[in-house]
Amino acid sequence: MFDYDKWQEIFESIKRHKLRTALTAFGVFWGIFMLVLLLGAGQGLSNGIKFQFSDEAINSIWLNPGRTSIPYNGIKEGKLIKLDNSDFNYIQEQYENVDQITGRLFLSGDKTVRYNNTTLSFTLQCIHPAYKTVENIIITKGRFLNDNDLEDVKKVCVIGRIVKTKLFGNEDPIGKEILIDNIIYLVVGEFYDTGGEWMMKNILIPITTAQKVYAGTNRLHRIVFTTEGLTTEGMAALQSRVLSDFSKRKNFDPKDRRAFRAFNNSEDFEELQSMIAAINGIIWLVGIFSIIAGVIGVSNIMLIIVKDRTKEIGIRKAMGATPLSIVSMIIQESILITALAGYLGLACGVGLIALAKDVATEFWRNPEVHLGVAVIATLVLIIAGALAGLLPALQAARINPVLAMKSD
Amino acid sequence: MIEIQKIHKYYTTAFNKLHVLKGINLSIKEGEFVSIMGSSGSGKSTLLNILGILDEYDQGNYFLDGDLIKGMSQTKAALLRNQKIGFVFQSFNLLPFKTAKENIALPLYYQKIPREDRQQIAMQYLERVGLKEWADHYPNQMSGGQQQRVAIARALISKPKVILADEPTGALDSVTSKEVMNLFKEFNDEGIAFVIVTHEREVADKTSRCIKVKDGIIET
Repeated sequence: MFDYDKWQEIFESIKRHKLRTALTAFGVFWGIFMLVLLLGAGQGLSNGIKFQFSDEAINSIWLNPGRTSIPYNGIKEGKLIKLDNSDFNYIQEQYENVDQITGRLFLSGDKTVRYNNTTLSFTLQCIHPAYKTVENIIITKGRFLNDNDLEDVKKVCVIGRIVKTKLFGNEDPIGKEILIDNIIYLVVGEFYDTGGEWMMKNILIPITTAQKVYAGTNRLHRIVFTTEGLTTEGMAALQSRVLSDFSKRKNFDPKDRRAFRAFNNSEDFEELQSMIAAINGIIWLVGIFSIIAGVIGVSNIMLIIVKDRTKEIGIRKAMGATPLSIVSMIIQESILITALAGYLGLACGVGLIALAKDVATEFWRNPEVHLGVAVIATLVLIIAGALAGLLPALQAARINPVLAMKSD
Repeated sequence: MIEIQKIHKYYTTAFNKLHVLKGINLSIKEGEFVSIMGSSGSGKSTLLNILGILDEYDQGNYFLDGDLIKGMSQTKAALLRNQKIGFVFQSFNLLPFKTAKENIALPLYYQKIPREDRQQIAMQYLERVGLKEWADHYPNQMSGGQQQRVAIARALISKPKVILADEPTGALDSVTSKEVMNLFKEFNDEGIAFVIVTHEREVADKTSRCIKVKDGIIET
């Protein structure tokens, strides 16, 4: 395949037309460069959006009870709807697609937390162990709360990274005791959360402990559960089923949105995903058209080069050059220009995107170009180069040697 | 070796059909030294192009070394040109961006002979035409006579059966013309046939047979 002479011919030809070749190459370079940048940007956008959603499982359903606003079954509006542990068990037993389920109990105000001589105030979150999956909590040290903790109503807690830093500094918090509102809790774990700083300023305790120590009831302020094996439509159906079941259970109008709110964000997520797909499609379209523009440029230049080399091609033919050898000479030159320029564009684009990698905003994160895209781009370049050279090469092959040698 | 039977050639233009060759019969034996003379427009260049398989003919038959040359694919024609025919032109037709040695080696490139060997053989032929010291010079650094000698070496390097020369001395002065003709004779003595198109009496006189073409037919 490697033919020293043929490549030497090609380099000579390129050397003889430096400016022309450079301008042509720039067209292809720019096309690929822009495509890579656009693809990287698209990926950054999509990563950013996905990251926004990564904090909460997208297959969750939230249940928030409220106060009725419509009279129902002879009861006036304004009735408080309450959830408790029995509703928690009901959901767990009643619906087969429920995967992880956690209740929430909200305590009023922050609590004072003390360790050694440090006293600060933090928010307490009272939860079930499934909270870890529902909120995508990452345990960085120790363990998360488990069923034993809840069953035995243990005074244990898992603290956010910021709580740990502020209370313990560089000390290992696991196994240490802290005072929350003058009650001793054992720290069993430390967590990190992608949801942001606020979450990491929280202390998580077993919901049963909170119900006993702080509320003295078995009430739940919210129930969140994740589903398994459901489509967006399936989620919506389950959600309305839950709503109508609870309307009977708690005696409120199912149309009363203030009485009981149930929602999920899988629909939003799906919408966003199709939006991302649309953006990516437009990016490819724009990119491919800019490559086509570059390729037409190469083709144009090759036509001029063939015209320039008419006499040379005529001489070669008289010396016994076959049409095939002429065609391959022209096409290889075209491929060389396209592939080199395109590859440079690819490298520059990837380089620039690598520089922008550290920039992370709300909707922009980790722009990147996948290896697969680079491979496809390279293949596209070689094919594009061959196509760009094809027409001029065929024209070169048709040159009549007698006429060609007479021309200048 | 060359056998031409009743060859007709037409050129069609937008308004009329030109009958350029009107039934030419010609036979050239191996190792012959022939010249073709005729005024411009007589069809002698067309005849030479047909002999060189650079142009096609409309009627008749052309046998080269036993092969019928008719309606042939470009690839086949290229192979035959490469192996059996050498060309020498009035305007030399060297590639300006290649050195003398590289120009001479060109036909061997299309025979897929390795680079090293090509260079070596090219040097031998450069020596034969007396330009050994000019191997690495480019055509524009050489005189017309030198360029034509490079072209002759290039025509000979593939050891062809016949050299077709189209006005080989047309761009040269009388002294270098003589040199070129002597060189032709020298190689002719080694058994290579020469067909030289010319309108110079002195050139034709040096050949062993002169074919006169007039109005598309051969005068006898």
